[in-house]
Amino acid sequence: MMEIRTPKTHKAKRVLEKRAPKLVENGKKTLILHGTKTSATLSSVLMELYRLKKGGAIKYSRRNENIRPFESGGETSLEFFSQKTDCSIFAYGSHTKKRPDNLVLGRMYDHHVYDLIEVGIENFKSLLSFSYDKKIAPHEGSKPFICFTGEGFENVPELKQLREVLTDLFRGEVVDNLNLTGLDRAYICSAVSPTKVFLTHCAIKLKKSGTIVPRIELVEVGPSMDLVIRRNRLPNEGLRKEAMKSSKDKPKKKVKNVDQDDVLGKRGRIFIPEQEVGKTPLPDKSKGVKRERREGKLKKKNKEAGSASKKHKESE
Amino acid sequence: MDMDMETDQIYQIDVGNLLAFNPNHRFSSAPSSREELVKECVTEGTKLVQAIADTLFNLPSTETNDGPLVQLPPPTTKLPREKHLPRPKPPTKWEEFALKKGIQKRKKDKIVYDETTDKFKRRHGYDRVNDDNDIPIIEAKASDEPGEDPFAKRLDDKKKRVGKQEKNRLENLKTAAKAGALPSHVQLAVTGLPISGTKTQPKKIGKEALGDVAGLAATSTASGGKFDKKLPGEKPPKKQGKHHKVIHR
Repeated sequence: MMEIRTPKTHKAKRVLEKRAPKLVENGKKTLILHGTKTSATLSSVLMELYRLKKGGAIKYSRRNENIRPFESGGETSLEFFSQKTDCSIFAYGSHTKKRPDNLVLGRMYDHHVYDLIEVGIENFKSLLSFSYDKKIAPHEGSKPFICFTGEGFENVPELKQLREVLTDLFRGEVVDNLNLTGLDRAYICSAVSPTKVFLTHCAIKLKKSGTIVPRIELVEVGPSMDLVIRRNRLPNEGLRKEAMKSSKDKPKKKVKNVDQDDVLGKRGRIFIPEQEVGKTPLPDKSKGVKRERREGKLKKKNKEAGSASKKHKESE
Repeated sequence: MDMDMETDQIYQIDVGNLLAFNPNHRFSSAPSSREELVKECVTEGTKLVQAIADTLFNLPSTETNDGPLVQLPPPTTKLPREKHLPRPKPPTKWEEFALKKGIQKRKKDKIVYDETTDKFKRRHGYDRVNDDNDIPIIEAKASDEPGEDPFAKRLDDKKKRVGKQEKNRLENLKTAAKAGALPSHVQLAVTGLPISGTKTQPKKIGKEALGDVAGLAATSTASGGKFDKKLPGEKPPKKQGKHHKVIHR
Protein backbone atom coordinates (compact mmCIF):
# COMPACT_ATOMS: atom_id res chain seq x y z
CA MET A 1 0.00 0.00 0.00
CA MET A 2 1.15 3.47 -0.80
CA GLU A 3 0.30 6.63 1.03
CA ILE A 4 0.62 10.18 -0.22
CA ARG A 5 2.53 12.29 2.25
CA THR A 6 2.56 16.04 2.02
CA PRO A 7 4.03 18.54 4.46
CA LYS A 8 1.65 19.71 7.15
CA THR A 9 3.01 23.25 7.32
CA HIS A 10 3.94 25.79 4.70
CA LYS A 11 7.38 26.09 6.22
CA ALA A 12 8.04 22.41 5.65
CA LYS A 13 6.82 22.76 2.09
CA ARG A 14 9.18 25.65 1.44
CA VAL A 15 12.09 23.65 2.84
CA LEU A 16 11.33 20.73 0.54
CA GLU A 17 10.98 23.01 -2.46
CA LYS A 18 14.33 24.56 -1.68
CA ARG A 19 15.92 21.13 -1.83
CA ALA A 20 14.27 19.98 -5.04
CA PRO A 21 16.29 19.69 -8.28
CA LYS A 22 16.21 22.98 -10.11
CA LEU A 23 17.14 24.35 -13.50
CA VAL A 24 19.34 27.00 -11.90
CA GLU A 25 20.76 25.59 -8.72
CA ASN A 26 21.46 27.26 -5.43
CA GLY A 27 25.07 27.31 -4.22
CA LYS A 28 26.60 24.08 -3.04
CA LYS A 29 26.75 23.70 0.70
CA THR A 30 29.75 22.17 2.43
CA LEU A 31 29.66 19.52 5.11
CA ILE A 32 32.66 19.54 7.44
CA LEU A 33 33.24 16.46 9.59
CA HIS A 34 35.95 14.25 10.98
CA GLY A 35 36.73 10.62 11.73
CA THR A 36 37.50 8.89 15.01
CA LYS A 37 40.79 10.71 15.47
CA THR A 38 41.96 14.16 14.54
CA SER A 39 45.13 15.97 15.30
CA ALA A 40 45.23 19.50 16.70
CA THR A 41 46.31 20.77 13.27
CA LEU A 42 43.50 19.09 11.48
CA SER A 43 40.78 20.16 13.87
CA SER A 44 41.89 23.78 13.48
CA VAL A 45 42.02 23.33 9.68
CA LEU A 46 38.42 22.13 9.75
CA MET A 47 37.36 24.89 12.14
CA GLU A 48 38.96 27.58 10.00
CA LEU A 49 37.55 26.13 6.80
CA TYR A 50 34.16 26.40 8.47
CA ARG A 51 34.86 30.01 9.38
CA LEU A 52 35.82 30.84 5.81
CA LYS A 53 32.73 29.13 4.45
CA LYS A 54 30.31 30.34 7.12
CA GLY A 55 26.80 30.69 5.82
CA GLY A 56 27.35 27.93 3.27
CA ALA A 57 28.69 25.20 5.49
CA ILE A 58 27.60 22.80 8.21
CA LYS A 59 30.06 21.44 10.73
CA TYR A 60 29.62 18.18 12.55
CA SER A 61 31.50 17.89 15.81
CA ARG A 62 30.97 14.23 16.70
CA ARG A 63 33.33 11.41 15.82
CA ASN A 64 32.35 9.31 12.85
CA GLU A 65 33.44 5.70 12.91
CA ASN A 66 31.92 4.44 9.71
CA ILE A 67 33.22 6.99 7.26
CA ARG A 68 35.93 5.72 4.94
CA PRO A 69 35.31 7.56 1.68
CA PHE A 70 37.76 5.58 -0.43
CA GLU A 71 36.57 2.14 0.63
CA SER A 72 33.45 0.49 -0.71
CA GLY A 73 30.67 0.67 1.86
CA GLY A 74 32.49 3.42 3.72
CA GLU A 75 30.51 6.17 2.02
CA THR A 76 27.02 5.10 3.14
CA SER A 77 26.84 7.29 6.20
CA LEU A 78 28.48 10.14 4.30
CA GLU A 79 25.74 9.91 1.69
CA PHE A 80 23.15 9.83 4.43
CA PHE A 81 24.56 12.99 5.99
CA SER A 82 24.60 14.65 2.59
CA GLN A 83 20.94 13.78 2.18
CA LYS A 84 20.12 15.02 5.63
CA THR A 85 21.93 18.34 5.42
CA ASP A 86 21.52 18.90 1.67
CA CYS A 87 25.26 19.41 1.30
CA SER A 88 27.05 18.41 -1.90
CA ILE A 89 30.65 19.13 -0.99
CA PHE A 90 32.32 17.59 2.00
CA ALA A 91 35.59 17.99 3.83
CA TYR A 92 36.43 14.98 5.97
CA GLY A 93 39.40 15.08 8.34
CA SER A 94 41.17 12.05 9.78
CA HIS A 95 44.50 11.36 11.40
CA THR A 96 46.23 7.98 11.29
CA LYS A 97 49.78 6.78 11.54
CA LYS A 98 49.82 5.89 7.87
CA ARG A 99 48.22 9.15 6.75
CA PRO A 100 48.73 11.88 9.31
CA ASP A 101 46.71 15.15 9.02
CA ASN A 102 44.55 13.77 6.28
CA LEU A 103 41.87 15.84 4.59
CA VAL A 104 39.49 14.27 2.08
CA LEU A 105 37.68 16.70 -0.17
CA GLY A 106 34.85 15.35 -2.22
CA ARG A 107 31.77 16.25 -4.14
CA MET A 108 28.35 14.67 -4.35
CA TYR A 109 25.95 14.32 -7.24
CA ASP A 110 22.36 13.49 -6.32
CA HIS A 111 23.64 12.64 -2.82
CA HIS A 112 26.08 10.04 -4.12
CA VAL A 113 29.83 10.41 -4.08
CA TYR A 114 30.96 12.03 -7.33
CA ASP A 115 34.70 12.39 -6.90
CA LEU A 116 37.27 12.35 -4.14
CA ILE A 117 40.69 13.80 -3.51
CA GLU A 118 42.81 13.21 -0.46
CA VAL A 119 45.43 15.67 0.69
CA GLY A 120 47.83 15.82 3.60
CA ILE A 121 48.12 19.11 5.47
CA GLU A 122 51.61 20.46 6.04
CA ASN A 123 53.04 23.75 7.27
CA PHE A 124 49.67 24.87 8.55
CA LYS A 125 49.51 28.42 9.79
CA SER A 126 46.33 29.37 11.60
CA LEU A 127 44.54 32.65 10.95
CA LEU A 128 45.16 33.61 14.57
CA SER A 129 48.90 33.76 13.96
CA PHE A 130 48.61 36.49 11.32
CA SER A 131 48.76 40.08 12.41
CA TYR A 132 47.22 42.72 10.18
CA ASP A 133 44.97 45.74 10.32
CA LYS A 134 41.57 44.36 11.33
CA LYS A 135 39.81 46.95 9.22
CA ILE A 136 40.67 45.02 6.08
CA ALA A 137 39.50 41.67 7.45
CA PRO A 138 37.22 40.00 4.89
CA HIS A 139 33.51 40.01 5.63
CA GLU A 140 31.55 36.84 6.11
CA GLY A 141 30.15 35.40 2.91
CA SER A 142 31.80 37.81 0.47
CA LYS A 143 32.53 36.63 -3.05
CA PRO A 144 36.19 35.65 -3.34
CA PHE A 145 38.74 35.94 -6.13
CA ILE A 146 40.33 32.57 -6.83
CA CYS A 147 43.79 32.34 -8.38
CA PHE A 148 45.69 29.30 -9.56
CA THR A 149 49.28 29.44 -10.66
CA GLY A 150 51.62 26.79 -11.92
CA GLU A 151 51.68 24.49 -14.90
CA GLY A 152 50.98 21.51 -12.67
CA PHE A 153 47.31 22.53 -12.54
CA GLU A 154 47.07 21.80 -16.24
CA ASN A 155 49.37 18.85 -16.73
CA VAL A 156 49.02 16.71 -13.61
CA PRO A 157 45.59 15.02 -13.49
CA GLU A 158 45.45 14.99 -9.66
CA LEU A 159 46.18 18.70 -9.48
CA LYS A 160 43.70 19.38 -12.24
CA GLN A 161 41.06 17.63 -10.17
CA LEU A 162 42.13 19.51 -7.06
CA ARG A 163 41.78 22.78 -8.95
CA GLU A 164 38.22 21.92 -9.89
CA VAL A 165 37.33 20.83 -6.36
CA LEU A 166 38.86 23.91 -4.77
CA THR A 167 37.03 26.15 -7.24
CA ASP A 168 33.77 24.44 -6.38
CA LEU A 169 34.53 24.70 -2.68
CA PHE A 170 35.46 28.36 -2.58
CA ARG A 171 33.45 30.07 -5.30
CA GLY A 172 30.18 30.13 -3.40
CA GLU A 173 26.96 31.02 -5.09
CA VAL A 174 26.82 32.06 -8.75
CA VAL A 175 25.63 35.67 -8.82
CA ASP A 176 24.37 37.98 -11.53
CA ASN A 177 25.08 41.27 -9.85
CA LEU A 178 28.16 42.11 -7.84
CA ASN A 179 28.88 45.07 -5.65
CA LEU A 180 32.45 46.14 -6.37
CA THR A 181 32.99 47.57 -2.90
CA GLY A 182 32.25 44.17 -1.40
CA LEU A 183 35.31 42.53 -2.91
CA ASP A 184 37.61 41.82 -0.01
CA ARG A 185 39.14 38.35 -0.23
CA ALA A 186 41.20 36.14 -2.49
CA TYR A 187 42.31 32.53 -2.37
CA ILE A 188 45.69 31.85 -3.87
CA CYS A 189 46.69 28.35 -4.87
CA SER A 190 50.06 27.65 -6.43
CA ALA A 191 51.45 24.34 -7.53
CA VAL A 192 54.87 24.20 -5.92
CA SER A 193 55.63 20.71 -7.17
CA PRO A 194 53.55 18.04 -8.98
CA THR A 195 52.31 16.75 -5.63
CA LYS A 196 52.28 19.88 -3.52
CA VAL A 197 50.03 22.91 -3.56
CA PHE A 198 50.45 26.03 -1.49
CA LEU A 199 47.11 27.52 -0.45
CA THR A 200 46.58 30.81 1.28
CA HIS A 201 43.83 33.26 2.01
CA CYS A 202 44.40 36.99 1.51
CA ALA A 203 42.51 40.19 2.16
CA ILE A 204 42.30 42.76 -0.64
CA LYS A 205 43.20 46.41 -0.39
CA LEU A 206 41.87 48.59 -3.19
CA LYS A 207 44.34 51.45 -3.75
CA LYS A 208 43.84 54.47 -5.96
CA SER A 209 45.62 54.23 -9.27
CA GLY A 210 44.32 57.23 -11.21
CA THR A 211 42.16 55.08 -13.50
CA ILE A 212 38.82 53.31 -12.96
CA VAL A 213 40.63 50.12 -12.08
CA PRO A 214 42.12 50.35 -8.61
CA ARG A 215 45.56 49.01 -7.82
CA ILE A 216 45.22 45.79 -5.87
CA GLU A 217 47.27 44.85 -2.89
CA LEU A 218 47.04 41.51 -1.12
CA VAL A 219 47.60 41.04 2.58
CA GLU A 220 47.89 37.51 3.91
CA VAL A 221 45.27 36.95 6.59
CA GLY A 222 45.45 33.17 6.80
CA PRO A 223 44.94 30.35 7.11
CA SER A 224 47.74 29.13 4.88
CA MET A 225 48.86 25.56 4.32
CA ASP A 226 50.48 23.10 2.00
CA LEU A 227 48.31 20.41 0.47
CA VAL A 228 50.15 17.22 -0.40
CA ILE A 229 48.28 15.02 -2.81
CA ARG A 230 47.63 11.47 -1.63
CA ARG A 231 44.85 9.33 -3.07
CA ASN A 232 42.19 10.44 -5.49
CA ARG A 233 39.19 9.05 -7.30
CA LEU A 234 37.99 10.58 -10.54
CA PRO A 235 34.29 10.61 -11.36
CA ASN A 236 32.79 7.80 -13.37
CA GLU A 237 32.67 8.86 -17.04
CA GLY A 238 28.93 8.24 -17.38
CA LEU A 239 28.20 10.07 -14.17
CA ARG A 240 30.40 12.97 -15.24
CA LYS A 241 28.48 13.37 -18.48
CA GLU A 242 25.20 13.28 -16.57
CA ALA A 243 26.37 15.82 -14.00
CA MET A 244 27.79 18.21 -16.58
CA LYS A 245 24.45 18.48 -18.38
CA SER A 246 23.09 21.97 -18.44
CA SER A 247 19.89 23.26 -19.83
CA LYS A 248 20.19 25.74 -22.64
CA ASP A 249 16.89 27.37 -21.92
CA LYS A 250 16.90 29.54 -18.86
CA PRO A 251 13.74 29.56 -16.80
CA LYS A 252 11.53 32.10 -18.44
CA LYS A 253 9.66 34.36 -16.15
CA LYS A 254 6.84 36.06 -17.93
CA VAL A 255 7.31 39.79 -17.64
CA LYS A 256 3.93 41.37 -17.22
CA ASN A 257 2.90 44.94 -17.93
CA VAL A 258 6.26 45.96 -19.34
CA ASP A 259 6.77 46.76 -22.97
CA GLN A 260 9.40 48.32 -25.12
CA ASP A 261 8.69 51.52 -26.99
CA ASP A 262 10.96 52.63 -29.82
CA VAL A 263 10.89 56.25 -28.83
CA LEU A 264 10.19 56.20 -25.11
CA GLY A 265 12.16 53.09 -24.26
CA LYS A 266 10.99 50.71 -21.54
CA ARG A 267 7.45 51.42 -20.41
CA GLY A 268 5.48 49.93 -17.60
CA ARG A 269 1.79 49.84 -16.80
CA ILE A 270 0.51 50.19 -13.28
CA PHE A 271 -2.91 49.12 -12.09
CA ILE A 272 -4.34 50.82 -9.04
CA PRO A 273 -7.56 49.35 -7.70
CA GLU A 274 -10.41 51.73 -7.05
CA GLN A 275 -10.27 53.10 -3.55
CA GLU A 276 -13.58 52.38 -1.90
CA VAL A 277 -13.50 54.37 1.29
CA GLY A 278 -17.02 53.34 2.28
CA LYS A 279 -16.10 49.69 2.06
CA THR A 280 -12.90 49.70 4.06
CA PRO A 281 -12.91 46.56 6.17
CA LEU A 282 -14.06 46.85 9.73
CA PRO A 283 -12.06 45.15 12.49
CA ASP A 284 -14.50 42.27 12.87
CA LYS A 285 -14.24 41.49 9.16
CA SER A 286 -10.79 40.06 9.69
CA LYS A 287 -9.91 36.93 7.76
CA GLY A 288 -9.50 34.82 10.85
CA VAL A 289 -13.10 35.09 11.90
CA LYS A 290 -15.23 32.42 10.36
CA ARG A 291 -17.62 33.60 7.75
CA GLU A 292 -20.60 31.95 9.35
CA ARG A 293 -19.96 33.49 12.74
CA ARG A 294 -19.29 36.88 11.26
CA GLU A 295 -22.56 36.89 9.40
CA GLY A 296 -24.39 35.70 12.47
CA LYS A 297 -22.79 38.45 14.48
CA LEU A 298 -23.88 41.09 11.98
CA LYS A 299 -27.44 39.80 12.03
CA LYS A 300 -27.49 39.80 15.78
CA LYS A 301 -26.24 43.33 15.85
CA ASN A 302 -28.91 44.46 13.41
CA LYS A 303 -31.60 42.77 15.45
CA GLU A 304 -30.39 44.32 18.66
CA ALA A 305 -30.28 47.71 17.04
CA GLY A 306 -33.85 47.21 15.82
CA SER A 307 -35.16 46.13 19.21
CA ALA A 308 -33.30 48.93 20.98
CA SER A 309 -34.91 51.53 18.74
CA LYS A 310 -38.31 49.95 19.46
CA LYS A 311 -37.70 50.09 23.18
CA HIS A 312 -36.65 53.64 22.82
CA LYS A 313 -39.92 54.44 21.15
CA GLU A 314 -41.89 52.64 23.85
CA SER A 315 -40.24 54.61 26.62
CA GLU A 316 -41.14 57.79 24.85
CA MET B 1 46.77 47.96 -24.85
CA ASP B 2 49.48 45.60 -26.01
CA MET B 3 50.10 44.64 -22.43
CA ASP B 4 46.43 43.77 -21.97
CA MET B 5 46.43 41.51 -24.97
CA GLU B 6 49.51 39.78 -23.68
CA THR B 7 48.07 39.14 -20.22
CA ASP B 8 44.87 37.84 -21.70
CA GLN B 9 46.81 35.28 -23.64
CA ILE B 10 48.89 34.29 -20.68
CA TYR B 11 46.10 34.05 -18.13
CA GLN B 12 42.86 32.14 -18.36
CA ILE B 13 40.23 34.35 -16.80
CA ASP B 14 36.66 33.48 -15.84
CA VAL B 15 35.04 36.71 -14.68
CA GLY B 16 31.76 34.98 -13.76
CA ASN B 17 33.55 33.04 -11.03
CA LEU B 18 36.22 35.73 -10.37
CA LEU B 19 38.68 33.01 -11.32
CA ALA B 20 42.10 33.33 -12.91
CA PHE B 21 44.65 30.71 -13.86
CA ASN B 22 48.22 31.19 -14.93
CA PRO B 23 49.42 27.92 -16.44
CA ASN B 24 52.84 29.27 -17.39
CA HIS B 25 54.19 30.29 -14.04
CA ARG B 26 57.36 28.58 -12.96
CA PHE B 27 59.52 29.37 -9.97
CA SER B 28 62.62 30.96 -11.45
CA SER B 29 64.85 29.39 -8.82
CA ALA B 30 63.77 27.01 -6.11
CA PRO B 31 62.75 29.29 -3.21
CA SER B 32 65.28 28.90 -0.43
CA SER B 33 62.98 29.65 2.49
CA ARG B 34 59.32 29.48 3.30
CA GLU B 35 58.97 33.28 3.41
CA GLU B 36 60.37 33.61 -0.08
CA LEU B 37 57.94 31.02 -1.44
CA VAL B 38 54.99 32.75 0.20
CA LYS B 39 56.13 36.13 -1.09
CA GLU B 40 56.47 34.92 -4.64
CA CYS B 41 53.07 33.20 -4.53
CA VAL B 42 51.37 36.31 -3.19
CA THR B 43 52.95 38.61 -5.78
CA GLU B 44 51.95 36.18 -8.51
CA GLY B 45 48.44 36.10 -7.02
CA THR B 46 48.30 39.90 -6.96
CA LYS B 47 49.03 39.97 -10.68
CA LEU B 48 46.21 37.52 -11.34
CA VAL B 49 43.71 39.38 -9.15
CA GLN B 50 44.71 42.60 -10.89
CA ALA B 51 44.04 40.91 -14.24
CA ILE B 52 40.52 39.93 -13.13
CA ALA B 53 39.93 43.40 -11.70
CA ASP B 54 40.98 44.98 -15.01
CA THR B 55 38.06 43.35 -16.78
CA LEU B 56 35.72 43.53 -13.80
CA PHE B 57 36.02 47.25 -13.14
CA ASN B 58 35.62 48.01 -16.85
CA LEU B 59 32.23 46.30 -17.00
CA PRO B 60 29.27 48.69 -17.26
CA SER B 61 28.17 49.53 -13.73
CA THR B 62 25.19 51.18 -12.08
CA GLU B 63 25.68 53.41 -9.06
CA THR B 64 23.75 52.48 -5.92
CA ASN B 65 23.89 53.79 -2.39
CA ASP B 66 26.16 50.94 -1.36
CA GLY B 67 28.56 51.26 -4.27
CA PRO B 68 28.88 50.44 -7.95
CA LEU B 69 26.96 47.35 -9.05
CA VAL B 70 28.16 45.38 -12.07
CA GLN B 71 26.43 42.64 -13.96
CA LEU B 72 28.66 39.58 -14.08
CA PRO B 73 28.84 37.45 -17.22
CA PRO B 74 27.83 33.79 -16.74
CA PRO B 75 30.69 31.55 -15.55
CA THR B 76 32.69 29.80 -18.26
CA THR B 77 34.27 27.14 -16.04
CA LYS B 78 32.12 24.04 -16.24
CA LEU B 79 31.44 22.42 -12.90
CA PRO B 80 29.20 19.43 -12.17
CA ARG B 81 25.65 19.97 -11.07
CA GLU B 82 24.54 19.27 -7.52
CA LYS B 83 21.39 17.41 -8.50
CA HIS B 84 19.92 16.13 -11.76
CA LEU B 85 17.97 18.43 -14.07
CA PRO B 86 14.28 18.59 -13.21
CA ARG B 87 12.45 15.94 -15.20
CA PRO B 88 9.22 16.63 -17.07
CA LYS B 89 6.06 15.40 -15.37
CA PRO B 90 4.28 12.61 -17.25
CA PRO B 91 0.65 13.39 -18.22
CA THR B 92 -2.07 12.08 -15.92
CA LYS B 93 -4.66 9.59 -17.13
CA TRP B 94 -7.15 12.42 -17.61
CA GLU B 95 -4.66 14.58 -19.48
CA GLU B 96 -3.95 11.67 -21.82
CA PHE B 97 -7.65 11.12 -22.38
CA ALA B 98 -8.30 14.81 -22.91
CA LEU B 99 -5.53 14.98 -25.47
CA LYS B 100 -6.99 12.02 -27.35
CA LYS B 101 -10.47 13.48 -27.35
CA GLY B 102 -9.33 17.03 -27.96
CA ILE B 103 -10.81 18.35 -24.75
CA GLN B 104 -9.41 21.70 -23.87
CA LYS B 105 -9.20 23.41 -20.52
CA ARG B 106 -11.36 26.43 -20.07
CA LYS B 107 -11.69 28.96 -17.34
CA LYS B 108 -14.80 28.90 -15.21
CA ASP B 109 -16.16 31.82 -13.26
CA LYS B 110 -15.70 31.63 -9.54
CA ILE B 111 -19.14 33.06 -8.93
CA VAL B 112 -22.26 31.65 -10.56
CA TYR B 113 -25.88 32.80 -10.64
CA ASP B 114 -28.13 30.62 -8.53
CA GLU B 115 -31.72 30.45 -9.81
CA THR B 116 -33.31 29.01 -6.70
CA THR B 117 -32.15 31.81 -4.42
CA ASP B 118 -31.88 34.50 -7.12
CA LYS B 119 -28.36 35.32 -6.01
CA PHE B 120 -24.78 35.05 -7.21
CA LYS B 121 -23.02 32.34 -5.29
CA ARG B 122 -19.68 30.58 -5.23
CA ARG B 123 -19.19 27.64 -7.57
CA HIS B 124 -17.41 25.60 -4.91
CA GLY B 125 -17.05 25.59 -1.17
CA TYR B 126 -19.19 27.11 1.55
CA ASP B 127 -22.56 28.53 0.50
CA ARG B 128 -22.24 27.27 -3.08
CA VAL B 129 -24.76 26.90 -5.87
CA ASN B 130 -26.72 23.67 -6.16
CA ASP B 131 -25.51 22.42 -2.83
CA ASP B 132 -26.95 19.00 -2.11
CA ASN B 133 -27.06 19.78 1.57
CA ASP B 134 -29.52 22.59 0.93
CA ILE B 135 -32.20 20.17 -0.22
CA PRO B 136 -34.26 19.21 2.83
CA ILE B 137 -36.72 16.89 1.05
CA ILE B 138 -35.96 14.24 -1.52
CA GLU B 139 -38.96 13.09 -3.51
CA ALA B 140 -39.56 9.36 -3.55
CA LYS B 141 -39.19 7.54 -6.83
CA ALA B 142 -40.67 4.29 -8.02
CA SER B 143 -37.23 2.80 -8.30
CA ASP B 144 -36.40 3.48 -4.66
CA GLU B 145 -35.69 0.49 -2.50
CA PRO B 146 -37.77 0.36 0.64
CA GLY B 147 -35.81 0.83 3.85
CA GLU B 148 -33.01 2.81 2.24
CA ASP B 149 -32.17 6.25 3.56
CA PRO B 150 -31.77 8.55 0.56
CA PHE B 151 -29.80 11.08 2.62
CA ALA B 152 -27.35 8.46 3.83
CA LYS B 153 -27.07 7.18 0.28
CA ARG B 154 -26.22 10.65 -0.98
CA LEU B 155 -23.50 11.01 1.62
CA ASP B 156 -22.17 7.55 0.85
CA ASP B 157 -22.04 8.23 -2.88
CA LYS B 158 -20.11 11.41 -2.26
CA LYS B 159 -17.61 9.56 -0.08
CA LYS B 160 -17.17 6.94 -2.78
CA ARG B 161 -16.52 9.63 -5.41
CA VAL B 162 -13.92 11.30 -3.23
CA GLY B 163 -12.29 7.95 -2.53
CA LYS B 164 -12.13 7.12 -6.21
CA GLN B 165 -10.52 10.45 -7.03
CA GLU B 166 -7.96 9.89 -4.29
CA LYS B 167 -7.14 6.49 -5.79
CA ASN B 168 -6.69 8.04 -9.23
CA ARG B 169 -4.44 10.70 -7.76
CA LEU B 170 -2.27 8.05 -6.14
CA GLU B 171 -1.97 6.15 -9.43
CA ASN B 172 -0.92 9.30 -11.27
CA LEU B 173 1.64 10.11 -8.60
CA LYS B 174 3.02 6.59 -8.85
CA THR B 175 3.66 6.98 -12.56
CA ALA B 176 5.23 10.36 -11.88
CA ALA B 177 7.48 8.76 -9.26
CA LYS B 178 8.57 6.15 -11.79
CA ALA B 179 9.60 8.92 -14.17
CA GLY B 180 11.45 10.63 -11.31
CA ALA B 181 9.20 13.66 -11.55
CA LEU B 182 7.34 13.57 -8.29
CA PRO B 183 6.51 17.11 -7.08
CA SER B 184 9.05 18.15 -4.49
CA HIS B 185 6.53 18.42 -1.65
CA VAL B 186 4.99 14.98 -2.17
CA GLN B 187 6.33 11.74 -0.78
CA LEU B 188 4.99 8.29 -1.42
CA ALA B 189 5.34 6.22 1.69
CA VAL B 190 4.77 2.52 2.04
CA THR B 191 2.27 1.82 4.78
CA GLY B 192 2.02 -1.32 6.86
CA LEU B 193 -1.31 -2.32 5.38
CA PRO B 194 -1.16 -5.28 3.00
CA ILE B 195 -2.04 -4.99 -0.66
CA SER B 196 -5.68 -6.03 -1.02
CA GLY B 197 -6.09 -9.55 -2.28
CA THR B 198 -2.91 -10.89 -0.72
CA LYS B 199 -2.62 -12.79 2.51
CA THR B 200 -0.82 -11.28 5.44
CA GLN B 201 2.36 -13.15 6.14
CA PRO B 202 2.06 -14.94 9.46
CA LYS B 203 4.79 -14.13 11.94
CA LYS B 204 7.25 -16.96 12.26
CA ILE B 205 7.44 -18.43 15.72
CA GLY B 206 10.88 -19.59 16.69
CA LYS B 207 11.86 -22.93 18.16
CA GLU B 208 12.64 -21.40 21.53
CA ALA B 209 9.34 -19.54 21.82
CA LEU B 210 7.42 -22.69 20.95
CA GLY B 211 9.23 -24.66 23.62
CA ASP B 212 8.47 -21.97 26.17
CA VAL B 213 4.79 -22.12 25.38
CA ALA B 214 4.76 -25.89 25.85
CA GLY B 215 6.50 -25.52 29.19
CA LEU B 216 4.10 -22.81 30.32
CA ALA B 217 1.09 -24.95 29.44
CA ALA B 218 2.52 -27.82 31.42
CA THR B 219 3.10 -25.78 34.56
CA SER B 220 -0.46 -24.52 34.54
CA THR B 221 -1.75 -27.86 35.70
CA ALA B 222 -1.67 -28.66 39.40
CA SER B 223 0.75 -31.49 38.93
CA GLY B 224 3.10 -29.41 36.83
CA GLY B 225 2.38 -31.47 33.73
CA LYS B 226 3.51 -34.67 35.35
CA PHE B 227 0.57 -36.74 34.09
CA ASP B 228 0.09 -34.98 30.74
CA LYS B 229 0.24 -37.06 27.61
CA LYS B 230 3.53 -36.34 25.86
CA LEU B 231 3.62 -35.81 22.16
CA PRO B 232 6.17 -37.78 20.19
CA GLY B 233 9.47 -35.86 20.29
CA GLU B 234 8.34 -33.43 23.01
CA LYS B 235 10.98 -32.48 25.49
CA PRO B 236 10.36 -32.12 29.21
CA PRO B 237 9.56 -28.54 30.32
CA LYS B 238 12.57 -26.38 31.02
CA LYS B 239 11.69 -25.27 34.49
CA GLN B 240 10.97 -28.29 36.50
CA GLY B 241 10.56 -28.77 40.17
CA LYS B 242 9.57 -26.55 43.01
CA HIS B 243 9.16 -22.82 42.71
CA HIS B 244 8.84 -22.13 46.41
CA LYS B 245 10.92 -23.30 49.23
CA VAL B 246 8.77 -24.34 52.16
CA ILE B 247 10.55 -24.73 55.44
CA HIS B 248 9.23 -27.67 57.52
CA ARG B 249 9.86 -27.77 61.17
